[in-house]
Amino acid sequence: MRYKFEIGCVIIFLIAFLLTQIGGMNRFFFFAGFAIMQYVAIATAWNILGGYGGYINFGTAGFLGVGTYTAIALYEYAGASIVEQMVAAGLIAGLLGLSIGYFTLRLKGVYFAIATLALAIVLETFVNNWDFVGGASGFSLLPKRKPELLGVLLVDRKAGLFDNYKEFLFVIMTLVAIMSVWIARAIEHGKLGRGLNAIKDNEEAAECMGVPTLRLKLIATTISGSLMGISGAIYPSYLTFVDPLGAFNLEFAVNALAMPMIGGTFTWMGPVVGAVLLGTVQQIAIVTISSELNLLILGVLLVVFVVAAPHGIMGWFMKKNK
Amino acid sequence: MSETLLDINLVTKKFGGFTALSQVTTNVKQGERFGLIGPNGSGKTTLINCISGILQNDGGDIVFGGKNLQGLLPHQRTRAGITRTFQIPRPFHTMTVIQNLQIPLEFISGAGKSQKEIADEAMSILETMGMADKANEETSGLTQIELRKLELARAIAAKPKLLVSDEAMAGLTGQEVDEVLQILFRFNEQGMTIIMIEHIMRAVMQFSHRVICLDAGQLIAEGTPDEIVKDKDVERAYLGA
Repeated sequence: MRYKFEIGCVIIFLIAFLLTQIGGMNRFFFFAGFAIMQYVAIATAWNILGGYGGYINFGTAGFLGVGTYTAIALYEYAGASIVEQMVAAGLIAGLLGLSIGYFTLRLKGVYFAIATLALAIVLETFVNNWDFVGGASGFSLLPKRKPELLGVLLVDRKAGLFDNYKEFLFVIMTLVAIMSVWIARAIEHGKLGRGLNAIKDNEEAAECMGVPTLRLKLIATTISGSLMGISGAIYPSYLTFVDPLGAFNLEFAVNALAMPMIGGTFTWMGPVVGAVLLGTVQQIAIVTISSELNLLILGVLLVVFVVAAPHGIMGWFMKKNK
Repeated sequence: MSETLLDINLVTKKFGGFTALSQVTTNVKQGERFGLIGPNGSGKTTLINCISGILQNDGGDIVFGGKNLQGLLPHQRTRAGITRTFQIPRPFHTMTVIQNLQIPLEFISGAGKSQKEIADEAMSILETMGMADKANEETSGLTQIELRKLELARAIAAKPKLLVSDEAMAGLTGQEVDEVLQILFRFNEQGMTIIMIEHIMRAVMQFSHRVICLDAGQLIAEGTPDEIVKDKDVERAYLGA
């Protein structure tokens, strides 16, 4: 079938939407579903540079945090709607990716990873001291009452398309996740993806074979950063309270890296499988065992996969098909 | 064979206090088979790194087809028509053999071509190299001679006017050396200018119209293979006083 992927995306969106239309469902499912969809988007965005290009970004939390705080600043300054917040966050995080990329992409391997880690820490320190967005004590963002889009009342217990904000944001996040996967897949199957693969295999040889390596890396960092920023922009509306410690949490960086590695970095399916699997396990662990244990699970799984299945779940799966 | 294709004029390269190339001046003519020899550490690879743009020379000019290459990045020089191979083959190891060739084909002359056309073109290059049966194999399964041929095939796919072959024959058997030589002769006949860096004297002397010899970053001799073999400075550079 020719449009298998496109039809799959539409079906997943419809399922997500229809779930919100079933009355009486436990709101926690949407809360957890949001977290999983957010990780699908983040892991996919990370994989564009990390999986295809081989550049390990430890600064995921930095890009997410910039998205989060762009949204907060716009909300505080102009009362911007969530869509406006997302667009602005995507632009700013993309711009950040472009400029950080310009300065750090000449660094290879572990040096690049350290530079991106430093980025997250610098940004966190900056926000900690920025009182307009709440500084270190955090910011509480109360979603606009009765938001509308093109005349449709979106959130209202009686007359709205969605009964509550959690359901609305779950659908928005699902859309962002689908968009991220769509973009990643298009890159993977296109010239950009092939060039990034050549860079990952041998950057000097790629350059000598006519691949404009710096330009491709900058494009990848910009797209990857922008998608992370958009995911981050929805975060304050979802939690209604954000502080720098949460927004720039290293847990994002670790998850963004571990999920594609466990799922398989060479295909768009890898981060999706990794994020759905790990995200679900983590959400279950948070509820049934403890909220801190999920990092332990992640660590153990990462070690197991790096040793036993270096190409991730998809690698194991695709080798079997050969 | 009269027009100058590559003009190397007083090229100097320093690494800190160490002068790897000192005012090297020579030129390569259109269609020429040009040999570059010298003992280990004499600056051969540094010189071709400067030509291919991996290193930028600190002094002097490198002019290719009338265009000064100063400041151009390697991929821009590849587009301009200079392609090099690496001493130790550097295949794109997560790709198949044919995908390796598709990278230069797509990035240099692929505008407006479909993936099918590019794959066909890659296949025809593999056929001329006698590697068509390996097209869909992973590069990790290739033998040494196959890796060398892939390195050359990938460079050919970039459609160079000037091919710089950095020790394409190191570690090959006598028969394999002849096989690679035949390939290079064939591409030269089709009009490609070739610079050959080689330690296997039999090969470089048989191949080249003209040979230069570097020693400690200096050009010490230039001439036909016969002249170079008899040159006292070359003898001293290789065997000591």
